[in-house]
This record gives sequence, C-alpha cells and structure tokens, in this order.
Amino acid sequence: MTAEHAAAAPLKRTPLYEQHQALGARMVEFGGWEMPLQYSSILEEHRAVRTRAGLFDVSHMGEFQVEGPEALPFLQYLVPNDVGRLAINQALYTTLCLPTGGVIDDLLIYRLEAERYMVVVNAANITKDLAWFQEQAQRFGAVQIIDRSQETALLALQGPEAQAILQPLAAVDLATIRYYRCQPGSVAGLACLISRTGYTGEDGFELYCEAAQAPLLWERLLAAGKERGLVPAGLGARDTLRLEAGYCLYGHELTEQTNPLEAGLAWTVKFEKGDFIGREALLRVREQGPGRKLMGLEMVERRVPRGGYTIYDSDTGGESGSSGANQRAIGVVTSGAPSPTLNKSIGMGYVEAARAIPEHLVQIEIGDRRLAARLVTLPFYKRRK
Amino acid sequence: MNHPADLKYSKTDEWVRVQGDQATIGITDYAQDQLGDVVYVEIPLTPGQQLSRDQKFGDIESVKATSELVAPVSGEVLQLNEQLKEHPELVNEQPYGDGWMLVVKLTNPAELDDLMTAEQYIAYLEGR
Repeated sequence: MTAEHAAAAPLKRTPLYEQHQALGARMVEFGGWEMPLQYSSILEEHRAVRTRAGLFDVSHMGEFQVEGPEALPFLQYLVPNDVGRLAINQALYTTLCLPTGGVIDDLLIYRLEAERYMVVVNAANITKDLAWFQEQAQRFGAVQIIDRSQETALLALQGPEAQAILQPLAAVDLATIRYYRCQPGSVAGLACLISRTGYTGEDGFELYCEAAQAPLLWERLLAAGKERGLVPAGLGARDTLRLEAGYCLYGHELTEQTNPLEAGLAWTVKFEKGDFIGREALLRVREQGPGRKLMGLEMVERRVPRGGYTIYDSDTGGESGSSGANQRAIGVVTSGAPSPTLNKSIGMGYVEAARAIPEHLVQIEIGDRRLAARLVTLPFYKRRK
Repeated sequence: MNHPADLKYSKTDEWVRVQGDQATIGITDYAQDQLGDVVYVEIPLTPGQQLSRDQKFGDIESVKATSELVAPVSGEVLQLNEQLKEHPELVNEQPYGDGWMLVVKLTNPAELDDLMTAEQYIAYLEGR
C-alpha cells in the first residue's frame, strides 16, 4: 500500500464544515477547499442518489452577480453560448473561453432580472474567473460584477425523490419549475433561489441561500428527507455520478488546452449569435474538424482507467495483455471510475478524431499492462423520464 | 480503529500473521478505511512463486484510487485468497479476517523483526 498525504496549504471551509464533522465525513482537499469526500461510502451514496436522493454541499462553488444595462452584451461577448435566449428565471450551461478557444471554466448563467444575472463558477477558478470577467468588462461601460461567493451557500438535492422531499418544505409549487429554470422562494422558511439543475444525471434541485442560513437549511432538508432515504453525499459520489452522466469536469475533461468542440460541447457554441471571445479560433476548429474527441471508455476487464493513463490503438483484436509492437498512442484518459450503476469500469478520454469511433477497441496502459477497452458514446447513464 | 496485537505491521500498511513458518498477509483496517470501497483486487501471482520483501505484489482498486500492494516479508507463495475475485468488499468488511490476500512460506524470518507491533503501528499512524 502506498500512503496518501494531506495538503499542507491552509484550506477554505464552507459554512457547513461543522455539519460535515458531526456526520463523520472524510474530508479532502478539493480546489483549495476542505470538502467532504464521503460520509458513509461512495458506492452507497452514489446508489442513494440514483434510487432515492442525496444532499450535497457545493457551497465552494463561486457566484458572481453581473448587472447593469450592458450586462447582456457583456455576457454575450464573454461566453460562446447564447445568453440572449434566457428568459427571466432561466439558466444556461456554457464554457468560458480564451481567444484561443481553450476553456477557462465551465459556468451556469442564470437570468434573475432583466439586467441582473448570476454566474456560477468552479471553486478552484473563482479568482482567475473574476479577474477575467473584470478585464473583459472594461470594454463595456454599464456593467457591474460583484463576487458573491463568500456570502452564498449552495446545496444540491439530487435524485428521483428530490421533489417529493423538497415540496413539503417549499413555499412554491416545484412542479412549475422546469429543468434549467429557477424561482426565488422559501424553503423551511429560509429565502432561497430554487433551481431545477444539478450535475448528477438525476432530477433534482440546487438551492442557493445566504451562507449563514446554510446549516439550518441542511439540517431541515436531511430531517425532512430521512423517511424517503435521503442521505448526505460527498464529492466522491458526485464524481462517479457526473462521470456516468458523461458530464465534463473542469481540470479533467476541460482545461485551457481543450476547446468545447472537442469536448463534445458544440451544442454550447452559438456561432450565429455574433462575436464572442474565442469565436475565430473555434470557427477554425469547426471548419477543420477537431483533431481529437472526448469519448467514453468501457473496460473489458475490471481494472479502472484513471486520469492520465495512455490510450493505445488496438489492431491486435483487443486481446488483453498483448504487448503489440504495432500499437500507437492515440489518446489519454481524463477521468475514470468503477461505475456502480453499470457494474463495470468506465472512463472518459480524448482520442484522435480519426480513431474516435464508437465500439472501436483500444488498449489502456494500466501499470505495466495494456488492457482492452471499448470506445463508446457518452453518456453512460441516462435517467428514465 | 482496530489493530490486533498479535499481528505485525509494515509502514506501507500491510499486516502479517505468523503461524509457524507461514505468514498470512493483508492490508490494515486503517488502509482499507483510507481507500474506501474496494472494487477489485489484482494479485498476479501463482503458488510456488518467490516474493521478495518490498516487491509490489498487486494492485487494489477502490472507487477513488488505485494503490499498490507491497510485500512486507519475503516468501514463497502458498495460497491466494480466491474469494476476493468475487467479493473484493471483504477487504473493507474484514481486513484481518476473510479479507486476507495471500499466504507465504517465510524465506527470511529475521525480516519480521523489522515490522512494527500494533502499538508501534498506532503511534506511526498518529504521526502521519
């Protein structure tokens, strides 16, 4: 066994740190934050979210308020997706790109009022994103960007029982909030923004509230959901859930060296909306076709493909363990885990576009062996509606 | 956390149970707890093979990570725990019982003196 080492730098804590401690969570470093990895077991929490419900603390995520008469033109210029399509109380998933087309972050943008938006960014990218937003905003006069990350907490209630658990506590009819829509309302008497979003592949809600009120909201939700099998769920389950759902994770599938077209996020790039940062570069990628594509990987054996492992072409018929002198490196794994739902090892990775063929057999170097895997289209898991 | 007094422990979190000239090897309760859900154990050895101390003898896959298994003593492989193929969760459930990994015939019993007692191992964990 090889030992693990804790990070030395001082870590930030969410307003729910004491709740996590009381629940006996295993805490880990994630993007500069001390976050719960698991409370009971990743597998149990994963299955609870797929079959019942799980409650996640995702308060480490950042929230920027963007407002003013030029908020819309600014956001339209800032991101490739079409912010102009947002009705009030609607949300949009988008990347945030460099002029090179590389991805600075992936975001959720909510339109809260005609000229007021909330942008949700990844925890590790808050400082970088804020500086980028402010730099780009200089071209626009009437836009104000306020970092609300510190005072905002975010709880994600995810799973098929989410609506049934939340409804008795909520002062709004949740059935009227459609997917990727939100509504301000109160939950357990606490003011929240209730959003029908999430990153687990399940139906569910994300609740934005004031940081000081998060502990009470957390306790009330857990108590209310107990009968329906709600459990607290950590980042470990969040990662296996999003992987099954085929969702990209910043730092793994998305980086400043990847572009949204190769990441399978072409649907978030709206060339026809007008100019935006990265448009020229992404147009060239579209014309030439991306050099590599993000694919799903299904292992033939039970070993797990982990981020960083090399993917080799397999012209030996995919026989596991074969050394194959004629094998060529054609890609790299970005994420991998055992899938509790599929009961096999799965992953995602970038593969040369010409070899990115569904059902194509590849080999993944795991330790000193090369093991057969199948390229598949994403996602691995889609919930039944 | 449970660390039986009749076992010897390595710095890489394996335990050894000595019975005559045979040693059973597994990973500690601390190690299984750190790994979380174990989903696969691969030990590419066959009975009769020689194993040297500090040699990697396999890999253990948990949901979150892959870790190497390191031999705490030298010996000839006598037996592998075939049950782990179908039930890797035994490593989590009974790290000192049915979650054992292999039995070797000790080829250098003096190596046992280099391993820690339960008391020493607990102190070692506290210092981590």
